[in-house]
Amino acid sequence: MTNRIKQLFAQKPKGLLSVYFTAGFPNLEDTVPIILELEKNGVDLIEIGMPFSDPLADGPTIQQSSEAAIRNGMTIPKLFEQLKDIRQHTQIPLVLMGYLNPVMQYGAERFLQKASELGIDGLILPDLPLSDYVREYKALFEQYGLSNIFLITPQTPEQRIREIDTHTNGFIYMVSSASVTGSTTGQSVVNTAYFERVNGLGLRNPGVIGFGIHNNETFTQACNHASGAIIGSAFIKALSKEGSLKENISTFIQSIRQKETA
Amino acid sequence: MKYQVDYNGFYGKFGGAYVPEMLYPNVEELRQNYLKIMAEPDFQEELQALLKDYVGRPTPLYFAKRLSEKYNTNIYLKREDLNHTGAHKINNTIGQILLAKRLGKTRIIAETGAGQHGVATATVCALMNLECIVYMGEVDIERQAPNVARMKMLGATVVPATSGSRTLKDATNEAIRDWINNPEDTYYIIGSVVGPHPYPDMVARFQAVISEEMKAQLLEKTGSENPDFVVACVGGGSNAAGAFYHYLDTAEVKLVAVEAAGLGIDSGESAATSVLGKEGIIHGSRTLLMQTEDGQVTEPYSISAGLDYPGVGPLHAHLHQSGRAIFESITDEEALQAVLELTRLEGIIPALETAHALAAIGRLGAQPEEVVVINLSGRGDKDLATYLDRFDFNDK
Repeated sequence: MTNRIKQLFAQKPKGLLSVYFTAGFPNLEDTVPIILELEKNGVDLIEIGMPFSDPLADGPTIQQSSEAAIRNGMTIPKLFEQLKDIRQHTQIPLVLMGYLNPVMQYGAERFLQKASELGIDGLILPDLPLSDYVREYKALFEQYGLSNIFLITPQTPEQRIREIDTHTNGFIYMVSSASVTGSTTGQSVVNTAYFERVNGLGLRNPGVIGFGIHNNETFTQACNHASGAIIGSAFIKALSKEGSLKENISTFIQSIRQKETA
Repeated sequence: MKYQVDYNGFYGKFGGAYVPEMLYPNVEELRQNYLKIMAEPDFQEELQALLKDYVGRPTPLYFAKRLSEKYNTNIYLKREDLNHTGAHKINNTIGQILLAKRLGKTRIIAETGAGQHGVATATVCALMNLECIVYMGEVDIERQAPNVARMKMLGATVVPATSGSRTLKDATNEAIRDWINNPEDTYYIIGSVVGPHPYPDMVARFQAVISEEMKAQLLEKTGSENPDFVVACVGGGSNAAGAFYHYLDTAEVKLVAVEAAGLGIDSGESAATSVLGKEGIIHGSRTLLMQTEDGQVTEPYSISAGLDYPGVGPLHAHLHQSGRAIFESITDEEALQAVLELTRLEGIIPALETAHALAAIGRLGAQPEEVVVINLSGRGDKDLATYLDRFDFNDK
């Protein structure tokens, strides 16, 4: 089986745009249309958020989209049902992102098996600790050919970054600064010293920067220091605007890729 | 030592530290330092002096004569309600603030349900001259107004948690998010035996003073350190952890944990986690929690804001699953009756949380020669508005 994430980074080592959205938001059945529109607009990788009632690492935007998605009826079985033919329509790398508890309740092995059958390429579970992953889950991820993507932050010590690099394959999610998702105020995303420190480690895995990326300027800055950048909250806000999904997505992605003319 | 936390932070299969990487350095710093700092002689000296002269410890162990007559057994009340700020919560906040100072932290955050932990945190922050931010659910801010006023008077900033059920669970989420946003200067004082390791163990150790004193006091009053029953209410479970701590490995002492049944276990409006919960992860800990089939945390209900929590500390999940502790659940109505009973028999107005433990006395099957200790975790001043609303004193 080809690993679409590995292939992507081999073909396009710079300027990758990864977009996160919450499955079931704004409407329950928007999952597949959003994926296809994102691909059409030139996005390189998609993170499908599995909504959770208590998203500890998320700011107000993703808290609200998650709450709305749960109210709309989104569940893991429902999401899997929506994605059942997705690989007949697109080959874009797809990553599922969410919290550990809903995955545990579905059954970790059953979850990984199902995700693999559907053609999902990887998972991001921010509250799955590295030590638990290595002890309980790593063998299963490998068995089902799924990448497990870990986060690092400016506070992560070098030795731990190296340990994470050993146990992951795909990419490393570099959290831009100490914050929950969706923070666009405060310090700039250009934490140059941190990015350069990580780049100097000679890691096996490429890095992608996320948290606080919300426009062309921050996207470009992030791309100067990593293989690409991840946008989540800003995209969710764009989806909440008046207008069709199609228009909202294309306007937003264009605004990220191209500098606005002043 | 089979009920103590293990090296990896687990009680049996419960516990651990399921936190996003953003919190890893904070939690790790604490894990590496808490036992070391707590063992330092100057830390112990400062802690013991404050517990004695500031908090007012040891708290009395009071033989409740009329209550004992009514239930035809021997009931002792461990008077945590007589602590400074009116509950056991300050045992933990005094300990953690001294720890925070030694770690060089300058900004203190906390979550609170009934407001007792918030008040206890605001109090020690005033004492130590540290900035204090308390997260409290919007619903709880309304039903615990006197405690909100006390926190503000003590100089704390009270931030309403407006997400989810707007109670303790959501206040905890907001406090955790604050800690993610402020990883370097901020210390998070968790109020119960919940959260990622080492919090459950650390909070239990600070609350263990309750059972340590109990043992000496019982020996003096009854000739034995060991009672037949120790009874405590459980939301997250900090007062129960403290009351049980030194008896965990003494099998002949029956440990009774009392949860809030709300309007009834099957009513859909309850907080009895041991009955309604399933294994899962909440606030960084693997434990029992109330959740849907899809793993979404459900909104609990209890008249008592301090027990209105969908999870339970991992120690208690382990005590439940191993059968070491007996779990009972008490409805709002039963708790209210117990408030009135203690007030009229002993002249003590208990907190609503504590009343759940009192209401379980009749279920113990305690014999006339047996000894029962109830941990009287807090006083009822904060609940007067509820009591006035629910009791019709004109008839009495």
